Amino acid sequence: MTLSKRIQAALPAFVLSPSLAAIAICVYGFIAYTALLSFTGSKMFAKFDFVGLRQYERLFDNPRWITAVENMAIFGGLYVVVATCLGLYIAVLIDQKIRLEGVFRAIFLYPMALSFVVTGVIWQWLLNPGLGLEHMVRSLGWQSFTFQWLVEPDWAIYTIVIAGVWQVTGFVMALFLAGLRGVDTEILRAARVDGAPVHKVYTRIVIPALRPVFLTAFVIEAHLAIKSYDLVVALTKGGPGVSTELPSTFMYSMTFTRNELGVGAASATVMLTSLAAIIVPYLYSELRDDRRA
Amino acid sequence: MTAVPDSNFAMALMRPRSLNPTKMLGRIFVYGCLVVLAALFLAPLASMVMTSLKSMDEIRSGTLLSVPQAPTIEAWASVWSSACISIACGGLKGYFGNSFLIAVPATLISVGLGALNGYVFSTRRFQGDNILFGLILFGCFIPFQIVLIPMAGLLGMLGLAGTIPGLVLVHVVYGVCFTTMFFRNYFVTVPAEIFKAARVDGAGFWAIFFRILLPISWPIVMVSIIWQFTGVWNDFLFGVSFAAGSNQPVTVAVNNLVNTSTGTKAYNEDMAAAMIAALPTIVIYVAAGRYFLRGLMAGAVKG
Repeated sequence: MTLSKRIQAALPAFVLSPSLAAIAICVYGFIAYTALLSFTGSKMFAKFDFVGLRQYERLFDNPRWITAVENMAIFGGLYVVVATCLGLYIAVLIDQKIRLEGVFRAIFLYPMALSFVVTGVIWQWLLNPGLGLEHMVRSLGWQSFTFQWLVEPDWAIYTIVIAGVWQVTGFVMALFLAGLRGVDTEILRAARVDGAPVHKVYTRIVIPALRPVFLTAFVIEAHLAIKSYDLVVALTKGGPGVSTELPSTFMYSMTFTRNELGVGAASATVMLTSLAAIIVPYLYSELRDDRRA
Repeated sequence: MTAVPDSNFAMALMRPRSLNPTKMLGRIFVYGCLVVLAALFLAPLASMVMTSLKSMDEIRSGTLLSVPQAPTIEAWASVWSSACISIACGGLKGYFGNSFLIAVPATLISVGLGALNGYVFSTRRFQGDNILFGLILFGCFIPFQIVLIPMAGLLGMLGLAGTIPGLVLVHVVYGVCFTTMFFRNYFVTVPAEIFKAARVDGAGFWAIFFRILLPISWPIVMVSIIWQFTGVWNDFLFGVSFAAGSNQPVTVAVNNLVNTSTGTKAYNEDMAAAMIAALPTIVIYVAAGRYFLRGLMAGAVKG
């Protein structure tokens, strides 16, 4: 082989290598490092004195972490269910051959362009007990109306759900709308000619046909929920007290303000494992379908 | 059909397609729901804009959605150039600039690398290419908490801790996973005959990429640029973890301004600050919403 041909043959590997090296180190190397750290007694600095599962025991003995996990279940569960139902409902409405479809779609989707910090700041204003929603409803004449979720420890987590759903629903709608447009219109027409009412056409034919979209929506929503950090920081700072703590905020404060690197690493490892349990099977099936196609 | 007194009721039970009153009711229901929902989705933005234009006195006397009687840009001016954020009192303008200094290079580098990677993945078959691509895809979805501790160490070793170039590096590394996926999935739809023909004509690796592939790829280039820019601009976690003091991006500065201020809350300033931080991505959304949506969809539905 001539030199220039050799260079040509080596080019693809040469082009890929910087990115692959970066991903090998900064994704997989770092995952290994953090996982390793979670088995050490590291406090303020990383030191590799292995203590087995002690950090995990400490993690699950920590009531703050238990609160964070419970909040994740409440927030994640409601976020996924409400955003999926509302997104599907709006998509079905928009699919009824309406006028100004583009305008409606743009209105429902715009929150997705905002950062979680901006979303958190907006909802902190809307839901503040002094001058926000409560004040507005009272000035409309309902004097006894109270809405103090933002400052009530038992209810604050639901404000995160409201803000999160507001932000993501437009995206879920777009997913379902794309799915609805892919449903075979011949089948629908046939069902209507047979006299099936609209709602039955949807519940019996259309929604079952959207099963892959439900899966995609679920994976995206669950992934966003587990990663949620900025929204909580900007909306409630994890408070009142630690009542809106999530695994992500717990990890950050253990690692960077409490000097508990080992516990922080253990919590991050738990987060990664739960997310991987959702993402890996999904990616596997997507890539396998890809190859078959 | 015979005319019976309760024919309207009977008609309502029949196929909506052929009969008008039910159809009318249905249309009213659909539009009614849509308008109410759209109003609910728009209300936060409307309240944000109007509150940012009010004085604190007017905020106390009005409501969330009352129109400002004496609009003022005082809150905007204050948060832009003089509000105190932690110890510095120079407003958001410096941090706003930082976000551009971070987002523009991070976007250009990660999109460039992603285009090249996608090109290689879509045109060369090699042992384990699908597994490798799967490993890159997984990198898109990791919770970044898992990399915070070692990344802080790496940036320190490179002498980039707390700096803007350090943040650019972080965003490039984790952005490349997404851009590689976007370009690879776009390039695999290009017919293989085009590459074969070009190779027969003697076009080399770079000639095929620059002369044949790039000219037909501007839609995915747009999608990738918009995806990366909004992603980096809206980032908070990396900014708060790896940027120090005056190098922080605007999201971190807004959060500091809103959540660490002492005394009574100046909601007009909070809303003006949120508007300033949101403006670039809102402009992109309005100007190129189609590409924004395509990016979201491509990020969700692979293959």
